[in-house]
Amino acid sequence: MALDVQIEKELPDFQLNVSFCASEAPLSILGASGAGKTMLLQCIAGLQRPGRGRVALNGRILFDSEQGIRLPARQRRIGMVFQNYALFPHHTVAENIAFGLNGLSREQRAARLSALIARTHLEGLTGRYPQVLSGGEQQRTALARALAIDPEALLLDEPLSALDTHLRSQVEGQLQEAFAAYRRPTLLVTHNIEEAYRLGEQLLVLSRGRVTAFGPKEEVFRRPPTREVAQLTGCKNFSRARMNADGSVEALDWNCRLRVEQTISKPPAFLGIRAHHIHFLESKPEGASSENVLPCWLVRASETPFRITLYLSLRPSLAETSAYDLQAEVFKEKWQRFRDLPHPWHVRLSPDSLFLMPE
Amino acid sequence: MDLSPLWISLATSVTATAITFVVGLAAAVWRERYTSPAMALVDGIFLLPLVLPPTVVGFLLLLLFGRNGPLGKLLLQFGATIVFSWPATVIAAAVVAFPLMYLTSRAALEQVEPALLQAARTLGASEWRVFREIALPLAWPGVLAGTILSFARALGEFGATLMIAGNIPGKTETIPIAIYFAVEADETQRALSWCAVDVVISLALLSGLYYWTRAQGLGRARRMAR
Repeated sequence: MALDVQIEKELPDFQLNVSFCASEAPLSILGASGAGKTMLLQCIAGLQRPGRGRVALNGRILFDSEQGIRLPARQRRIGMVFQNYALFPHHTVAENIAFGLNGLSREQRAARLSALIARTHLEGLTGRYPQVLSGGEQQRTALARALAIDPEALLLDEPLSALDTHLRSQVEGQLQEAFAAYRRPTLLVTHNIEEAYRLGEQLLVLSRGRVTAFGPKEEVFRRPPTREVAQLTGCKNFSRARMNADGSVEALDWNCRLRVEQTISKPPAFLGIRAHHIHFLESKPEGASSENVLPCWLVRASETPFRITLYLSLRPSLAETSAYDLQAEVFKEKWQRFRDLPHPWHVRLSPDSLFLMPE
Repeated sequence: MDLSPLWISLATSVTATAITFVVGLAAAVWRERYTSPAMALVDGIFLLPLVLPPTVVGFLLLLLFGRNGPLGKLLLQFGATIVFSWPATVIAAAVVAFPLMYLTSRAALEQVEPALLQAARTLGASEWRVFREIALPLAWPGVLAGTILSFARALGEFGATLMIAGNIPGKTETIPIAIYFAVEADETQRALSWCAVDVVISLALLSGLYYWTRAQGLGRARRMAR
């Protein structure tokens, strides 16, 4: 089970140039809006024509510019869930789902239809029209309709973006369930980091038409290959970096020397750490335990119900201004324990939480 | 009173509308697939019958279908002459009605969300099925409006018909032509009767359509609220 994609297409602002291979593990494609995500899905589904390249699904060639092969969308057997679901407004839920079941005998059709309805929990809604359904019900109908053709791959374009926030986690759970049962190449496009992380096992980061990161999601988040990917995956703290002769790393913007566990082949240009990886110490450390510990001063704080974001300066003089060097995130319980300690506070940037980026 | 103009008018309008429906809709679907600038010229040609005076359209048709015209010669080989026969009334009415059908149904087809057509394609539907089951039903109100306009235009056609079909009572004399010649012959009573017939037909048609679409709309609203 594999979907091989290698696509080049000229777009108005940039060139889409993407190649990757997806197996049965769901793949999240993360990118800012306008990064070429939807165009990529449409090229795979046969709704847009790539300039050059090759698309193969389980060995079946769907598109090959060199061999002149271009299978029309209807022959690709790729299920697609569109951004706003694109349900046929003049068809009922059952008619929408059954649209792709053409060509089966009446009994087979009825059996497949009721199986799909049961699988997506749409019993009792089959006679309704899409306009009267809730967002979650519309989403399930779109999913059932795409699954009706027994697709060899499933593509979802921003499947949750049309939903209210309170519906999202519920629908997300249903999607996870559906993916677990499907186990064929599944591509999901989103601009939401958390959605991408929760729904995918693999993660592909797309930026202006190019793949900037691709791999198991934990890997991409732990060791983002570039500063851009780090930012896109939610990393807040960066410093320009230079390698020292003794193997330590000079953090030029933070004005300190740090030990970093990770080694990379190219010389590092940046160093980063995620906001929730910054560790606050409750007493000033001595000797060897003072490694990677920096004094800092609080510039301002911003609260959410359970967490607090602290903006820290690494120099006391800066405390007068609103400029900050680090952004840290801690649970409030933890914060209660050091909020009244005298400044400077001490934070540890643990060597295995710091990561290096060549660009 | 000789009722033949009524039957001729109805037969001509119905036939012409049927032809225009198919050809106009096909042209709209075909046109929608292309976006090249050269298509502006095609649009211009398709809309000419709407812009030109009907006499000009009639004269051009006469040149085309006449004894020495390209189409006239071709038809003559099969032993058919179009000019001054009943089919000529149909051709004249269909040509002048075509732009209305083309424009209205094209506008309606463009309103159909492209994602719906794409969704149908990914579900294995052929282009014909995409048109028949998705595009046409969703564009139907507009297509229907185009059909009504075409019928109305065909029923009222005068100039082009007179040019290419003439005024042969019992054969090519439609209601508008009958009225014109009645007035010319000072038969005011006959002209008035035909005017009354035209008003009755138009009113019946329009109100019938009004109730029909309303019934359809109500039915749909009821279904959707379920």
